[in-house]
Amino acid sequence: MVEAKLNSPVRQVRQEPQALVVTLAGDVDLHRTPELQQELVRVVERRPRRIVLDLTAVQYMDSSGVASLVKLLSSTRRQNIELKLCGMAPRVKSIFEITRLDTVFDICPALKDALA
Amino acid sequence: MSAIPPQPIRLSLASTPAHLPIVRAGVGEIARLVGFDEKAVDAVVLAVDEAMTNIIKHAYDGRNDQPIEAAFTALSEAADGGPAGLTIVLEDRGKPVDPAAVRSRDLDDVRPGGLGVHIMGCCMDRVDYTPREGGGTRLTMTKFLRAADKPGARQPQLTGGTRG
Repeated sequence: MVEAKLNSPVRQVRQEPQALVVTLAGDVDLHRTPELQQELVRVVERRPRRIVLDLTAVQYMDSSGVASLVKLLSSTRRQNIELKLCGMAPRVKSIFEITRLDTVFDICPALKDALA
Repeated sequence: MSAIPPQPIRLSLASTPAHLPIVRAGVGEIARLVGFDEKAVDAVVLAVDEAMTNIIKHAYDGRNDQPIEAAFTALSEAADGGPAGLTIVLEDRGKPVDPAAVRSRDLDDVRPGGLGVHIMGCCMDRVDYTPREGGGTRLTMTKFLRAADKPGARQPQLTGGTRG
């Protein structure tokens, strides 16, 4: 299990039987995406079969955060890794809807759905 | 009716991403005082965040000590029934923006970058870029306060705005 760094939105990375679960928390904006991107690169390097990003504790996300997740999606597709997002609050989901990326990502209501 | 006077609220900001959470908190409170409901407050906050992000990344190439001047003006309902709302002006002294080149990106192309202008257009009713006198860019964004945006009224969709 990997715990959080000071300014990173990544709170925890843990291996579940079905997937590598990455828990994000707080605001995901231009201030915090550089560290997020570095940590997501390390997550992909572990070559799990499935990555689940748990966004339940994310209160705010802007286009910098969305762009980081698009990079992650691109990377996981190249390596045949399944990627699921879950636990989006309405405020966070709205930015995916505005950018029409809600149809590009596999978005599940809750963590249990993403691990099913 | 707006709870803030018609004189602009002016803020002198620095181009540092570390200040974005503080800016978002302040903008949210101004939008609430103007009378927007929470969905519309979120839209105004997101638009300003995206505008600041674009200025920091593109106008100032990531330099975090450059000036950004912000002015927030509550619009009162005009005598002819014109809508009340909030106008936000952000001025930078960075690389000038070519207004003709400022457009929403093609959303069928999911590469990162360029999402900010599209988001601002969805969140606000008007978004206008003009050259700033003395160099840089002046961005003017307006969101109107419709009956449905008033607290307690039926909730509008965040995605319901039109691009100016």
